[in-house]
Amino acid sequence: MVKFEDVWLKYRHPARQGDAAPEALRGISFEIPEGGFRWLIGPSGAGKTSLLKLIYLAEHPAKGRIDILGTEAAKISRRDAALLRRRIGVVYQDFRLLPQLSAYDNVALPMRLARRNETQIHADVTEILRWVGLENRLHARPDELSGGEQQRIAVARAVVARPKLLVADEPTGNLDDEQAHRLMHLITALNRLGTTVVVATHNMGLVEGWPAPRLTIEHGKLTHAE
Amino acid sequence: MRNEPRRRADYLGLREALGDRLLPVLVAAMSFLAALAMAGALASATLATRWQGDAASQLTIQVPQPTAPDASGKAPRLDSVMAALKTMPDVADEQVMSPQDVTALISPWLGADPAQLGLPLPGVISARWVGAAPPDALGPTLEKLSPGTLVQTGALWASRVAALTTSLQACAAAILIIVALVAAAVVAVATRSGLAQRRETITLIHALGALDDDIAGRFAARITLLTLAGAAAGAVLALPVLAWLGALAAPFAGPAQINDVFNLPPALMFALPGLPIIAAAIGWGTAQLTVRGWLRSLP
Ligand SMILES: Nc1ncnc2c1ncn2[C@@H]1O[C@H](COP(=O)(O)OP(=O)(O)OP(=O)(O)O)[C@@H](O)[C@H]1O
Ligand SMILES: [Mg+2]
Repeated sequence: MVKFEDVWLKYRHPARQGDAAPEALRGISFEIPEGGFRWLIGPSGAGKTSLLKLIYLAEHPAKGRIDILGTEAAKISRRDAALLRRRIGVVYQDFRLLPQLSAYDNVALPMRLARRNETQIHADVTEILRWVGLENRLHARPDELSGGEQQRIAVARAVVARPKLLVADEPTGNLDDEQAHRLMHLITALNRLGTTVVVATHNMGLVEGWPAPRLTIEHGKLTHAE
Repeated sequence: MRNEPRRRADYLGLREALGDRLLPVLVAAMSFLAALAMAGALASATLATRWQGDAASQLTIQVPQPTAPDASGKAPRLDSVMAALKTMPDVADEQVMSPQDVTALISPWLGADPAQLGLPLPGVISARWVGAAPPDALGPTLEKLSPGTLVQTGALWASRVAALTTSLQACAAAILIIVALVAAAVVAVATRSGLAQRRETITLIHALGALDDDIAGRFAARITLLTLAGAAAGAVLALPVLAWLGALAAPFAGPAQINDVFNLPPALMFALPGLPIIAAAIGWGTAQLTVRGWLRSLP
């Protein structure tokens, strides 16, 4: 399902300047079976987001082989990469909602890109917004929503098209405990329905509350993989 | 909710990112210039065919020693040449120029009264060639009747008019090419600015799995609309100017076209509606290339 073999990542314009700019990821290997769930943990700057970017095809590795949903990422055409991205739901650490669209339209975006019909879109979007407790904020713009509400919109957008793979980067960062648990219920429900899930987080309380195999990353290296 | 359906259709926000002011106005200006260039090329072609025809059909026949007996010895040379011309169906309007006219014709070179110089004046006949083929055989035929007879046609003048027309049309073609290139550049700049304004959105849409075809298609559709509208406006605005220029040129174009309301070459009436279509095609193609090139920078 998701398989990394000795994967290295080097940013072209490293944040830390100079000759000694280290690779963001070094020799990462792990495998997540279909329908699996993994916590991705590690200190800030360890490379969690970098690893997730490789999974959701937003970066190319400098070296190594990555298989996503049964396809070798390096070997697919641009078009197939786009179609593969549609099967991956992503919750970005910085949400990335479109400011000019309402909450409803932001969530509907992946379905519109996939050219689903508006009736289906309406049913799915309102249902998922109810799940994240925002059925009353359908028409609010992102700048009219709190950080936590924006985060829940971002989660709703990631899951609305029922992805085969869900990648969530710190999805509970702006949520209170109750909201965070509600969200984890949603994610585990999806996982039980067959979606493979990777969640990166600092929130060790959350990790403890929802036991699952962990990938631990430090200084760009995988120090622990279950 | 007023704008809801529109916003749904336009989630890239291209209505704002590719605004409806600057681009259409610039394209309208290009289209206006193109219309003028095309009108110039077509009008010069029309006038040239006319003038060239007039010039080429003009015959001047010089008969030296006009009163000397001709080859058969029966009649004066000028008379027998004139009689021969009259029998030819391809020659019309033959007229013997009076000695005064001949003097007037050559006085710029030989002074006011060439007769005083004791030079024998040739007899001169003016005529019009109405044959389809060039009058190549005419000279030798007349030469047999009257040795030394010279036939001059307007061919030299006609070839000069042709050269002038060709250079005018080359200028017009150059202007059209430049205008097309500038239009493409304007579209490329507008598209790039639209891409820059929507960088965040496009990056996200791309990450959500939008195809390059879709994104490029959306930009190209919007640009096509804007260039089509701009070029149509430019072509329409050019009409009165062309009509005015046509009126100025009317005396040169001959009476046939004065009846025309706009006095424009008919070909232009077909070419003008083509302008917006060509502009739209340039807009579509340039937008497609620009957006696809830009998208290459995304993973
Ligand atoms: N786009 C980028 N260009 C250059 N360097 C980057 C880029 N993104 C991240 N880095 C660097 O790569 C390293 C890993 O960053 P990453 O964002 O993966 O960390 P993280 O584990 O997600 O941290 P956090 O928990 O704070 O989100 C850091 O040193 C960071 O500075
Ligand atoms: Mg991160």
